[in-house]
Amino acid sequence: MSIDIETARKVAHLARIRVEEARLPALAAEFNTILGFIEQLNEVNVDDIEPMTSVTPMRLKRREDVVTDGGYPEKVLANAPDAREGFFAVPKVME
Amino acid sequence: MSELTSLTIAAARDALAKGETTATELTEACLAEIEGADALGAFVHKTPDIAREQAKAADARIKAGEATAMTGIPLGIKDLFCTMGVASQAGSAILEGFKPEYESTVTRNLFDAGAVMLGKLNMDEFAMGSSNETSVYGNAVNPWKVDDRQLTPGGSSGGSASAVAADLCLAATGTDTGGSIRQPAAFTGITGLKPTYGRVSRWGIVAFASSLDQAGPMTKSVRDAAIMLGAMAGHDPKDSTCADLPVPDFEAALTGDIKGKVIGIPREYRLDGMPAEIEKLWDEGKAMLADAGAKLIDISLPHTKYALPAYYVIAPAEASSNLARYDGVRYGHRAKLAAGEGISDMYEKTRAEGFGAEVQRRVMVGTYVLSAGFYDAYYNRARKVRALIKRDFDDAFDQGVDAILTPATPSAAFGLGEMTEADPVQMYLNDVFTVTVNLAGLPGISVPAGLDAKGLPLGLQLIGKPWEEGDLLNTAYALERAAGFVSKPEKWW
Repeated sequence: MSIDIETARKVAHLARIRVEEARLPALAAEFNTILGFIEQLNEVNVDDIEPMTSVTPMRLKRREDVVTDGGYPEKVLANAPDAREGFFAVPKVME
Repeated sequence: MSELTSLTIAAARDALAKGETTATELTEACLAEIEGADALGAFVHKTPDIAREQAKAADARIKAGEATAMTGIPLGIKDLFCTMGVASQAGSAILEGFKPEYESTVTRNLFDAGAVMLGKLNMDEFAMGSSNETSVYGNAVNPWKVDDRQLTPGGSSGGSASAVAADLCLAATGTDTGGSIRQPAAFTGITGLKPTYGRVSRWGIVAFASSLDQAGPMTKSVRDAAIMLGAMAGHDPKDSTCADLPVPDFEAALTGDIKGKVIGIPREYRLDGMPAEIEKLWDEGKAMLADAGAKLIDISLPHTKYALPAYYVIAPAEASSNLARYDGVRYGHRAKLAAGEGISDMYEKTRAEGFGAEVQRRVMVGTYVLSAGFYDAYYNRARKVRALIKRDFDDAFDQGVDAILTPATPSAAFGLGEMTEADPVQMYLNDVFTVTVNLAGLPGISVPAGLDAKGLPLGLQLIGKPWEEGDLLNTAYALERAAGFVSKPEKWW
């Protein structure tokens, strides 16, 4: 599998990271180095092996579906780059 | 170097109990050392006011006869732990200015036990790195030095390792996703323990790869690791993967008696081109454990070779998902927008400005391996290989193996900047001996065991059975006593 510039551009967009056009060829080359390393996994016979979902054979704890926390919007918003009237503020999303 | 700051937790605890020193004296001594150690780049946010207040409270507690083993012990805290009202940036520009409104469970547990926080410690950005060179704060530097080069303390917990090795604090918290406690511990001649996955709560620790991340102690002795783990661990309803199991008295497990214990020596850990010094150290470690009465057996962990490639699918995949939250909306950095730019531009510019090169690379690799058409070929295959790696260890333990002895790292500490020209995969190879342990969810400990020809510390790793940290620590204790490692870096900073 080889990543071309078009794929690198698409991945950067999916990851929501702005990558300048001029940087794309180098990025694609780095991806190819890393993916080349990962390709070794194709040597392993994984027939009839289930993908690991949990490293410890423990069942995740359950709890009552009740409110356990909250009620302090000012703390939730305290670190926001832009917060107004009890909300996170972002650039206009719809025209 | 102040005598007080070079104390172990155990020695400080005893001195505090006898009234030979106070938490305030210990804390002031550490704060003075930290002030003179900016050249190490270890402490990146100093919290002397908090430290003095906590020390005062600790002294009152000791006087009242209500002390725990950690009461009055001055610690450094890795920047990855969210600490209330104190900058917690994970070594990243994207969390510039972020001050959590909450306390991570680990720091809460430590503070409840009476520990003192001296400040936050340098680390690779989002714990992604093996040399502490990806930090927004600049490099952390190894206090060990053999020529005019500055050496890496390892990563990602490089600031923690540097601070403990240089006696700026008595111990530090670290986190370990692929070796980030054990590799820096080995590079700086200290002890580093990664507990069993689920032993310590991850709540309030900035997430990198949630199925692999685990916090642990970085200390000056095995006994200290046992004491500090006891204070860090425990069930936490806020982390659904944190085990609801009793926390044993780990220190009580340290008898030093390992007669009849079966130590596995995995043949796959003998790498082509491994430095002779590493091989020699490994042989010495085997002899030490055999002399102490352990039985050594050769074992095979056949999928070892595939651990790093599996890790470099799984960890970036989880990171790409975990780091999606850094979008400039709720906390941290937000890019300035030009007229007409919208919310997508805000996300893309914020993340391009806020994430460093290695973090961007891993987020994008993770995005790729999870994208439509590649999910099965990469991500699911890697998770299947992970299951096989765990099975290798299960088979070894089923054969009666109590612990596994390996080198901790494939080399001693290297020079800062020496790996910049290499491709990213070369840096990843640092974790070749440690990463299997994260993939299998096992406890692992790095114990300083000797010096290389140049005089730099080298570590050995012991790997234990799940939830058997006590037994693992006891074997490590026997190894520590036999190795008798007492060297300290000479002060140049």
